[in-house]
Amino acid sequence: MRIKLWILSALFITASTQVWAIAPIQHWQSSQGGRVYFVASPGLPMVDIRMQFNAGSARDDKSHGIAVLTNRLLETGAGLWNADQVAERFDQVGAQYSNSVNQDYAYLQLRSLTQDKLLSQALATFEVIAAKPQFEESNFQRIKSQLLMELKQQQERPGNIAKKEFYQALYGQHPYAHLSAGSIETVSKLTLVDIKKFYQEYYVSNNAILVIVGDLTKTQAHKIAEKLYAKLSIGQKAKALVSVQLPKNGQKKHINFPSSQTHILAGLPVLSRTDKDYFPLYVGNYILGGGGLVSILFNEIREKRGLAYSAYSYFSPLAEKGPFTIGLQTQNKQRKVATEVLQKTVQDFIATGPSETELIAAKKNLTGGFVLRFDNNRKLMNYVSMIAFYQLPLDYLETFQGKVAQVSKKDIQSAFQARVQKNLLQIISVGGVSEQ
Amino acid sequence: MILRFFIVLIFYSFNANATDVQERILTNGLKVLVKEQHRSPVVVSQIWYKVGSSYEPAGITGISHMLEHMMFKGTDNHPAGQFSKIIAENGGRENAFTGRDYTAYFQTLEKSRLAISFELEADRMQNLHLLASELKKELQVVMEERRMRTEDKPRAKLQEYLMAMAYTNSAYRNPVIGWPEDIENYQVDDLQAWYKKWYAPNNATLIVVGNVQAEEVFKLAQQYFSKIPQVAIKPLKPQKEMQQVGVRRMTIKLPAKVPYILMAYKVPSLNVIEHTWEAYALDVLAGVLDGGDSARLATRLQRGQKIATSVGAGYDLGGRLEELFLFEATPVAGKSLLDMELALKKEIRILQQELISDKELERVKAQVLASSVYEQDSLFYQAMKLGMYETVGLGWQTSENYMQKITQVTAEQVRLVAKKYLIESHLSIAYLDPQSMLANSKSGASYAH
Repeated sequence: MRIKLWILSALFITASTQVWAIAPIQHWQSSQGGRVYFVASPGLPMVDIRMQFNAGSARDDKSHGIAVLTNRLLETGAGLWNADQVAERFDQVGAQYSNSVNQDYAYLQLRSLTQDKLLSQALATFEVIAAKPQFEESNFQRIKSQLLMELKQQQERPGNIAKKEFYQALYGQHPYAHLSAGSIETVSKLTLVDIKKFYQEYYVSNNAILVIVGDLTKTQAHKIAEKLYAKLSIGQKAKALVSVQLPKNGQKKHINFPSSQTHILAGLPVLSRTDKDYFPLYVGNYILGGGGLVSILFNEIREKRGLAYSAYSYFSPLAEKGPFTIGLQTQNKQRKVATEVLQKTVQDFIATGPSETELIAAKKNLTGGFVLRFDNNRKLMNYVSMIAFYQLPLDYLETFQGKVAQVSKKDIQSAFQARVQKNLLQIISVGGVSEQ
Repeated sequence: MILRFFIVLIFYSFNANATDVQERILTNGLKVLVKEQHRSPVVVSQIWYKVGSSYEPAGITGISHMLEHMMFKGTDNHPAGQFSKIIAENGGRENAFTGRDYTAYFQTLEKSRLAISFELEADRMQNLHLLASELKKELQVVMEERRMRTEDKPRAKLQEYLMAMAYTNSAYRNPVIGWPEDIENYQVDDLQAWYKKWYAPNNATLIVVGNVQAEEVFKLAQQYFSKIPQVAIKPLKPQKEMQQVGVRRMTIKLPAKVPYILMAYKVPSLNVIEHTWEAYALDVLAGVLDGGDSARLATRLQRGQKIATSVGAGYDLGGRLEELFLFEATPVAGKSLLDMELALKKEIRILQQELISDKELERVKAQVLASSVYEQDSLFYQAMKLGMYETVGLGWQTSENYMQKITQVTAEQVRLVAKKYLIESHLSIAYLDPQSMLANSKSGASYAH
């Protein structure tokens, strides 16, 4: 299952021909049935370990914010240790704990050195955080008020308000329609009973993946996986999400806000992780708005007209159709002209697709820069977690370049025409009054 | 027990894994640093110029950052936009950044393509086109950047005002991006003069970290950069900060929802400090307060007294001039900014009066040691660190000795620097007093289908 990437060095003639192999993903199930993914990454005495659950904000139901609050509460006391002790146990051995939630999943992650004594202390702590959180009332109140304060602060930011409206416009009644942090109204109503219930339902081994990337042997990874899964309840895998209904009509909505810039977001739901159009849309988007300083949008909005500092587009593939987002920020009086240029640029691209030159340049970037995608443990962790969570083929990385190479101009054009229907675009702007 | 063991282990693992930096200076003065890292077939190349916002006179603040933008606008050999196209077609990632003391450009590439980056950087070091038509558009882009980063962010704005208050005459009082009116009035001549004055091989450091052979990199650097002539660089005027002789306070009233406090003690950087150990002790002090979730501020003010929803402290020892030791916090609902200020000051007083525990000291050291391993996971970060130390005048060797210096800091030294530097008459405080978000705006939404 491994491809060998031959890099013939033209410049460093004295250097021997290099063989670079992608470390393979090793996959097995723990004796309890938990899915494990391991990549050995030797050279630095460190390891990253992530437990990821199908427990994202799409599982919130009406309690928007519960996925986030549950995830944040885990480290505030677990097993026999209170919040101070948990923090101390990580910090003492230089370990770093982190956690995060999006629409599809919630994870907890540990970065630690691999020396036995240090790793054992970090792991013992990590294990109980995942499996034996205390969910104690005063910590619940504290973390809840922190989240409420964050939500309040988000109301200061036009970009955040735009994002919230954007998701609502794209997803209507679908569980992707709200931002993961929820709203002041919904978070205020959350109780510890709700949190415990949410945890018991979703933080279970049948609903989890475990990813280990670092300087360990398979035997060591095996032992860690056994211990981590042993303490978790077995539980049930979460039900599949309902599919996304596209918005019925296109929409333009403006919200007044006391800012000097107007934030503009446009898009619609398009791409799932296992979508058949994934590669044509991915390569096409690189050309349209994904390719940093060289995309068509960047050129039209910033380089030709100086309308914005950043202008971009991207797909966020999820379990169900994730959003296609096009965005920019411009001073209020330019809102109309910037929106027009954005719409025209996207419409032209959908109508005619990329030029051959643009397609060749895109493929050169995506294949020539392939090795940059996983050149450290952090990036590898992100890739492997994605592959594991969405159950993509384990050779996803190995076949990536081949799939990019196969994409034709016509593939891109027809995928964009079929999937990015311009008459369904949702366009949200948030900012001061336009003087025009 | 576990901690002493820990330090021994880490020293071992660090020494086993760290690679040495190799240095070569070309005859035109360009300093080339190479750190070989063979974990992945990738190379990072960064070129750092010794110029940034702290070099700028009044009236043209932000010009270093503006010039950084213009550096993508083409040369005789490569018209505007081509630099980025070439890097993109080679699968590279690139960008640039400007700080108070530096302007830096970088590319990350598959390792066999380093020469592409060298060719392009050498070209724009001497042949840049500065055209009025391009400047006119790029001024707008930078104004938009300023609106995005500062104007519409109450806390960023507060920080900008605080800097301007905390410093009397130091060039650190100006924002890196520049004051808005200065940005609007740059002329091509201003940029041309700035470019001529500072963009020269003898004012730059080229840093390469990745899967390369140092000798090959030196040859390549020689090939592409050695023909660029030296320029006589005039030393900067000192602009040593006037002594502060009393606390300074301000209240910022802006449309916002959440109150916020920023406190800044004026303290020396490693570059200007009397005894170098003091800077490392200040760094440990910052770690005692805010190094991880078990540090004092999180433990006492968030969890213990439950007075802060968020709280932090920080000190950057790597500045060229006098620095600020910063505290920031948001109080919980029902507590005022004054309550918050008093709680923070109480923590400072305790640090001045009582020794930190052995456990705390060991914890900070353990974290620094672990980070020295973790940071080797990122080629970019390693290059950044060398560039930063070298460019502010500390020398890259100083960054390599950082960990050792930290491990020598004692609890008594931490108390001494708290007492010597975190003093009321060197303090500046800013409160954010949130104003209605409805000002200057009609509320509500309008629809069009």
